[in-house]
Amino acid sequence: MGLTTDPAPLDTGGTDLAPRKEADPGDLAALRVVPTRHYGRWAAALAVLVLTAQFAHGLVTNPVWEWEVFRAYVLSETIVSAVGLTLQLTAYATVLGFALGTVLAFMRLSRNPVLQTVAWAYIWIFRSIPMIVQLVFWFNLSALYERLGLGIPFGPVFWSVDSNDLIGTIGAALIGLSLHQAAYAAEIVRGGVISVDHGQLEAAAALGIPRLRQIRRIVLPQAMRAILPTAGNEIIGLLKGTSVVYVMAIGELFYQVQVIYGRNGHVIPLLMVATAWYVFLTSVLSVAQYYVERRFARGANRTPPPTPLQRARDALARLRAGAADTAPATPRGGTA
Amino acid sequence: MSQVMVDVRGVHKSFGALKVLRGVDLTVRAGEVTALLGPSGSGKSTLLRVINHLEKVNRGWISIDGELIGYRRSGDRLYELRERDILRQRTHIGFVFQHFHLFPHLTVLDNVVEAPVAALRRPRKEAVATAERLLARVGLADKAGAYPRQLSGGQQQRVAIARALAIEPKVLLFDEPTSALDPELVGEVLDVIKDLARSGTTMIIVTHEIGFAREVADTVAFLDGGVVVEQGPPGAVLDAPRHERTRAFLSKVL
Ligand SMILES: Nc1ncnc2c1ncn2[C@@H]1O[C@H](COP(=O)(O)OP(=O)(O)O)[C@@H](O)[C@H]1O
Ligand SMILES: [Mg+2]
Repeated sequence: MGLTTDPAPLDTGGTDLAPRKEADPGDLAALRVVPTRHYGRWAAALAVLVLTAQFAHGLVTNPVWEWEVFRAYVLSETIVSAVGLTLQLTAYATVLGFALGTVLAFMRLSRNPVLQTVAWAYIWIFRSIPMIVQLVFWFNLSALYERLGLGIPFGPVFWSVDSNDLIGTIGAALIGLSLHQAAYAAEIVRGGVISVDHGQLEAAAALGIPRLRQIRRIVLPQAMRAILPTAGNEIIGLLKGTSVVYVMAIGELFYQVQVIYGRNGHVIPLLMVATAWYVFLTSVLSVAQYYVERRFARGANRTPPPTPLQRARDALARLRAGAADTAPATPRGGTA
Repeated sequence: MSQVMVDVRGVHKSFGALKVLRGVDLTVRAGEVTALLGPSGSGKSTLLRVINHLEKVNRGWISIDGELIGYRRSGDRLYELRERDILRQRTHIGFVFQHFHLFPHLTVLDNVVEAPVAALRRPRKEAVATAERLLARVGLADKAGAYPRQLSGGQQQRVAIARALAIEPKVLLFDEPTSALDPELVGEVLDVIKDLARSGTTMIIVTHEIGFAREVADTVAFLDGGVVVEQGPPGAVLDAPRHERTRAFLSKVL
C-alpha cells in the first residue's frame, strides 16, 4: 500500500469512523489475510504425537527390549558379514532376474509365436510356485540330476559336472531367487514397454534406426518411467525376501540372527538387530530409487520438480530472506 | 524434364475387409513438390505409410530413385527384403508426422543427431555439426539443449523437420504437418516447408491448407475412393477441377 499517495476515500460508508478501510474494494490487495484455523487438525496431530511419544518412551525404558544386547550385536562382525551376504544375494538376484525378465518381456512382445508361448509359460509357472518351494527344490536338485552335462541335445555329452559342486547352496539360492524374480520382472518390463507411445517406435523406424538401437535408445529409457516405481518395490521386496533362504542354512542376516538367539536366548533384541538393518537398507534403496527416477524423468516435465535437498535449501534461503526483511522492524538492543 | 524420384504404381492396400487403396498411381519428379489432397479417411496417410514401407502393400509397387521399396526383384519374382535392408531404404525417405513424434527424453540436438549416428553411422562430431546447421535453418539454433516438451507445437514440428532432413533423404513426406497446431503457429512451419521447396527438395505433402498447396506445389493430386482421381498443376486442379468429386471436396474446404 502506497501510504503517501493514497487519495482520501470519497465515500467512507456514511459513518464517522474515519479509518474504515475495508469499505473500499480497491484496497483489498493491501489487507492482511488471516488463514483458516484448523483446530480439528491440531487436536488430531496432538493426540497422535502423545501416543507416539508414549510408545517411544516404552521402547527406550522397558527392559524387555534389552538395548545393550542390541548395541552389542548390531555392528558385530558376524552380523555385518551376514548383511553383506544379504546384499550380495539381493544384488545378484536383481541383476540376473531383471536381465532374464527383460529377455522374457521382449519374447512375449515378439511376433514369433513360439517365443511368445515359451515366455508366457515360464511366467505362468514361476508365478505359480511359492518361492520357498522353489528354493527347497533347487536345494535338493542334486538328488534329481546327479550330473549336469554339456553336449548335443538328445545326443552325446562332452562335459559334465557333479551338480552339487557346480551349484552349491548359495548358487541354488541365487538360481531360485533369480528365476522367481525374472517372472515378475518380465511383466514389469513388458508393462513399461507397452506404456510407450507407439508413435515413438514408428518415428524411429521411419528414420531407419536399427531395431536393437530403437529398443535400447528410444523405447527402454521411456519405459523406465513406468518400470522404476514397480521395480523399486520388487527390489525392496527381494531384499527382505532373501530372508527365506534361511531354510537352506545360508548365513544371511535373518539366519545369523536366529543362530545367535538360539544360542543366547535374547530373541527380541536380535530380531530388532535384523529389523534395524532391513529398515536401514530399505531406506538407502528408497533414496536411490528417488534419484534414479528423477534421472529418467528428464524431458518428461517442462520444469522438473526440485529435489528435497534443493527444496530444503530454498526454504532456508526464504527463511533467511524473511529474517532480513523483518530485521530492521525489530528494535535493536534486545540483548537481555 | 527431371528424372522420376517417387513412382507409385497400381498400389492396393486393405485393412481386413476395408479396401483403402485400390490402385493408386502417382509420379513425383526430382525437385518437385506434390500436394496430396483428399477427404478424411480417403487413405492419404496410408499412402504415405506404404511409400516408406511402414505398411506393406497388397498389390502394386513403389520405387524411390529407381530402387524398389521393400522388395528385391530377381527374374520374375519379388523377394521381400529383410528388416535391416528396409531400414536402410528408409534413410532415403524423410517422414514428418502430424503429431511430431519427437523423442521426449532426448534433447532437441540429440533428436536430430540420433538417426545420422545410429542409421548412417556418421561420426558424432560430424552429425552434431550438421544438426546445428539444420536447427539454424529451421530457426531453432538456440533451442539445441532444450527438451521437446519445453517447446511450442510449431517449434516441435520444426525440430521434426530438421530431424527428417538430417538423414539427407531423397524425398520428404509430410502427413498433415500443421493439423495439430494452434492457428497462429501454422505459418512458421509452412514457412520452413516453403523454404525447402525453393531449395529444390522433393516433397509429398498431405495438407488441408489449399492456399499453401497453391503456392508451393508443382503438382496437386486428389485422392478419393482409393484412387488418385485427378492430378495436375495447382492452377488446373484447384481452379478448374475436371471431376465432380474434386469439385465437391474443394467447395467444402475453400
Ligand atoms: N492400421 C489400420 N488398421 C485398420 N484400419 C486402418 C488402419 N490404418 C488406417 N485405417 C483405415 O483406413 C482408412 C484410411 O485411413 P487414413 O489413411 O488414415 O486416411 P486419411 O489420412 O486420408 O484421413 C480409414 O478408414 C482408417 O480407419
Ligand atoms: Mg491422415
